[in-house]
Amino acid sequence: MGEVIVVTSGKGGVGKTTTTANVGTGLAMLGKKVVLIDTDIGLRNLDVVMGLENRIVYNLVDVVENNCRIKQALIKDKRYPNLYLLPSAQTKDKSAVSPEQMKKLAGELREEFDYILLDCPAGIEQGFKNAIAGADRALVVTTPEVSAVRDADRIIGLLEANEISRTHLIVNRLRTDMVKEGNMMSSDDVVEILAIDLIGVVPDDEQIVISTNNGEPLVGSEAKAGQAYMNICKRVLGEEVPYLDLEETTSFFKKFAAIFKK
Amino acid sequence: MSFLSNFFKSSESSSDIAKNRLKVAITSDRAVCSPELMEQMKNDIIDVISKYLDIDTDGLDIKVTKTELDDSSGTVNALLANIPIKEDSRNFRRRI
Repeated sequence: MGEVIVVTSGKGGVGKTTTTANVGTGLAMLGKKVVLIDTDIGLRNLDVVMGLENRIVYNLVDVVENNCRIKQALIKDKRYPNLYLLPSAQTKDKSAVSPEQMKKLAGELREEFDYILLDCPAGIEQGFKNAIAGADRALVVTTPEVSAVRDADRIIGLLEANEISRTHLIVNRLRTDMVKEGNMMSSDDVVEILAIDLIGVVPDDEQIVISTNNGEPLVGSEAKAGQAYMNICKRVLGEEVPYLDLEETTSFFKKFAAIFKK
Repeated sequence: MSFLSNFFKSSESSSDIAKNRLKVAITSDRAVCSPELMEQMKNDIIDVISKYLDIDTDGLDIKVTKTELDDSSGTVNALLANIPIKEDSRNFRRRI
């Protein structure tokens, strides 16, 4: 029986889709059979981040409306044969799917896959309710900014209210140099405020932008963010992995910045 | 100039400011009632307790926070009231 994980944040633009793509790909690299579902109906994104936008025939709405079988809508990844994507519909809106339908879909995919990752839309409306309906656990993504952390707190409350008790936090886009200067909250600060367990800290890394441009998730690469994502995958599987030392990149940036300050 | 203003600024860093602001915002988000209702309730509590005790209204702190359950099975929202009583409280009672 597979596990259904929803990736959510409340606030938009904090890296839900990037996280879904990287964690999903990482789990597939670790030998798991994984399907990623883009639940953001009307704003399809996960397909371009995964580099699979040219292969879409059917989508999530087609599946729940029985226009096709699940297998027909699943797109096989370019690099990993045990990784699939169920893309979202671009022309419909959130009301095209109900929480009951999502629950049923998750239940069916559970038979076939080890991990089902749901990329949740921003906000706390219908799309969010659909995405969490069938989930066993949640990864809450936030950045160390006041708006993102506040929204994450709201999301954590709603997840609790919906009896999703296994909720873990990913602090994304952390800049160690700014934390050191006292100009950015540290991951410890964020954890203290939100009072949930941390599962990963992803540094702000320009390699993420480059890999997203190319439509190839960064996970597994030597880049700090790639390593951080792989560690998150291992922790999802229950492994104890020490946290990365994010200092190195910092000193480089600092040196770089210092040149300009002069 | 910006260097100088940085130098003379209060010791609180912007990340500390962010953290403190967030704590306040989140506390009122989690609260069952709005900040206005909270203020009204606070005043009512002060009125009631003042009948019996001389309390330090400046040091009074009432908030809703998340608290771990005794059997650590989860968290609940709890109303926390920290109400300092003035030293000469006994004399105060005698005066009534």
